[in-house]
Amino acid sequence: MTPAVDVERETYLNAGHDLKSWLLTKDHKRIGLLYLFTITLFFFLGGAMATMIRLELMTPQGGLVSSETYNKLFTMHGVAMIFFFLIPSIPAVLGNFFLPMMIGARDLAFPRLNLISWYLLVIGGLFAIFAMLAGGVDTGWTFYTPYSTTYSNSWVIATALGIFVAGFSSILTGLNFIVTVHRMRAPGMTWFRLPLFVWAHYATALIQVLGTPVLAVTIVLLLCERLLHIGIFDPKLGGDPVLFQHMFWFYSHPAVYIMVLPAMGVISELVSTFSRKPIFGYKIVAFSSVAIAVLGFLVWGHHLFVSTQSVYAGMVFSFLSYCVAIPSAIKVFNWTATLYKGSISYATPMLYAFGFVGLFTIGGLTGLFVACLGIDVHVTDTYFVVAHFHYIMVGGAIMAYLGGLHYWWPKMTGRMYPEMWARLSAGIIFLGFNLTFFPQFILGYLGMPRRYHVYPPEFQVLNVMSTAGASVLAVGYLMPMIYFIWSLRYGKVAPDNPWGATGLEWKTASPPPLHNFDETPVVTHAAYDYSTVTGEGIDFG
Amino acid sequence: MASHTRTETLALREQFDTEAQQKDASTLGMWIFLITEIMFFGGLFLAYTVYRRWYADIFAVTSSSLNVYIGAANTLVLLSSSLTMVLAVRAAQLGKRKALVVFLILTLLLGGVFLGVKAYEWNQKYVEHHIPGPDFHFEGVAQQGPAQLFFSLYFAMTGLHALHMVIGAGLLIVLIALAAKGRFSASYMTPVDVVGLYWHFVDIVWIFLFPLLYLIDRHLGR
Repeated sequence: MTPAVDVERETYLNAGHDLKSWLLTKDHKRIGLLYLFTITLFFFLGGAMATMIRLELMTPQGGLVSSETYNKLFTMHGVAMIFFFLIPSIPAVLGNFFLPMMIGARDLAFPRLNLISWYLLVIGGLFAIFAMLAGGVDTGWTFYTPYSTTYSNSWVIATALGIFVAGFSSILTGLNFIVTVHRMRAPGMTWFRLPLFVWAHYATALIQVLGTPVLAVTIVLLLCERLLHIGIFDPKLGGDPVLFQHMFWFYSHPAVYIMVLPAMGVISELVSTFSRKPIFGYKIVAFSSVAIAVLGFLVWGHHLFVSTQSVYAGMVFSFLSYCVAIPSAIKVFNWTATLYKGSISYATPMLYAFGFVGLFTIGGLTGLFVACLGIDVHVTDTYFVVAHFHYIMVGGAIMAYLGGLHYWWPKMTGRMYPEMWARLSAGIIFLGFNLTFFPQFILGYLGMPRRYHVYPPEFQVLNVMSTAGASVLAVGYLMPMIYFIWSLRYGKVAPDNPWGATGLEWKTASPPPLHNFDETPVVTHAAYDYSTVTGEGIDFG
Repeated sequence: MASHTRTETLALREQFDTEAQQKDASTLGMWIFLITEIMFFGGLFLAYTVYRRWYADIFAVTSSSLNVYIGAANTLVLLSSSLTMVLAVRAAQLGKRKALVVFLILTLLLGGVFLGVKAYEWNQKYVEHHIPGPDFHFEGVAQQGPAQLFFSLYFAMTGLHALHMVIGAGLLIVLIALAAKGRFSASYMTPVDVVGLYWHFVDIVWIFLFPLLYLIDRHLGR
């Protein structure tokens, strides 16, 4: 289909123009865009909190906000970013939009449930925003008892309810994905012909479905204790606050893999497309996603090394945490091996993929530091931990999210983003990120604790570097926001397959028609078979 | 016959190719949902296991204050509702509209009886000051805290179970309305099947709750 035709072709975007056609849509592509708007709002909300935190930390005295306000800032930064941005980010936006297309389906198995999932996220988000506006919550995103149940005078209930409701959004999305992958594949689309993006989302969905309900019941018990004095975790009654920590981390550690597994799926697509080679060791990369999902459920105890957990339990959890490094490293090595003798182009999505691999490696290796019993005691609750998980969540997950957004933007909107600006912003984000978070490794190792807004003056230089990096990072994040919107009107019209990629989503028009494909595709080749592509590929040199 | 084909075309949603695919997807979806429910209740069972081990003696005493006869009778009521639910599914498979409606109504009634008895039991706890909180008092144990933990678990577990029963009752009412309108046939009865799965799951949860809460001390021959 030639892109430059004047007669307007029917696409999912012009299938209805009024608000109702969006708010009541059951089209997975439109729902993906609804999620995109929603989580972008939360990203900038959480970003605003981060800005305040970094501004405060520029000076050791802590003059900008009070301790109470600072506690609320880092709590709400965590809540907004984790539950309302990162968890939904890649699955709910890119997964929603592309998982059905990649397997050759017209939609997810349960389109109405998919729309309900979005509404649940919005309702949960409104609870959280209400809590923020009403005065905020100060427990930390982990809601440890008994502080959260008894002593905190902040908006714990509204925030926890918001997370509870948003959790069901995540559960139902995961359920929808699992059923879709099992039951909706096009003829010929066998399990081992699935793009690795789909494998990663399948593994993610397993975690969403198995882990999130445990968080839900934990929140229910927390609310019961705070509201009705039904004290399951109350030490005054002989209850155990550490039980809360076990139940919380049983979800919240695997939740990290909800954030990073889909990111790995995106990276597999990007690395293959922009080196024009099948992913080295396809099957083992596919299984490593499942392995990460499974192992991820067995490591929560490494968050409790200093919480009275027995040292023997600690040793087992430490060992199992090391085991997660194996499938993670397999992925990194296999992406790297894919590059070997590939015909590599340095388009923006690939720059993000490179950024991901480097930053994820640093985040992963420092993960081994904190999984080690002895070192963890030294760095527990310091900026070392903060830096470590930001390398995974921001350096990993957000880099991949942005990479994926650039990669699929032409398909989603039918327009190209401006390549030069995009490369520039990718570079700025990479530099800004490292300037923000690398000094935090050093700060943490030197002993600066997290969650305090005053600190000894000798830590100021590194903190000022980190704050400077955060401002660079903010510029880097604002740029795509601007040029993506600009491209909707002024971007070059995108061809159907601008990258010469192999996935089924590129075999239909940009933007796709309402039902994705004019006729159901029949799959005859493995994923990433470049001999089948007659790319209109744009040359990026 | 004309109405029959209309039902069929209405029933097949646009994302599916065949009715078999649609039915498979719905059933698989419900099974996965039930797995999430196992994880949801699992958190409570975990807490129960921990505290029962820690405070075994106190839990035995507090457990014996629950009326095991009422609990057993209620278990029987709930198991009967599972039977009527199975019969409803069978009636749907055979396309017997009237039998389907009757069995669904019976299931709903038995579920209602269960909830009524449960409400009576909860009220007894209120009368006996066995509701966790400032008014809590349990005769005969030195440590009031762990006794209160038992009742916290009792109310959390039976409360969430009852909430699931109420949701199930709501689903049954919808099914009854649809079945009465003749929306189900031997070829299209997935909603009956799927709600049936849910109803049995809620029953199975009770089958675990009953011995864990009521029968802790029975082997001592009280």
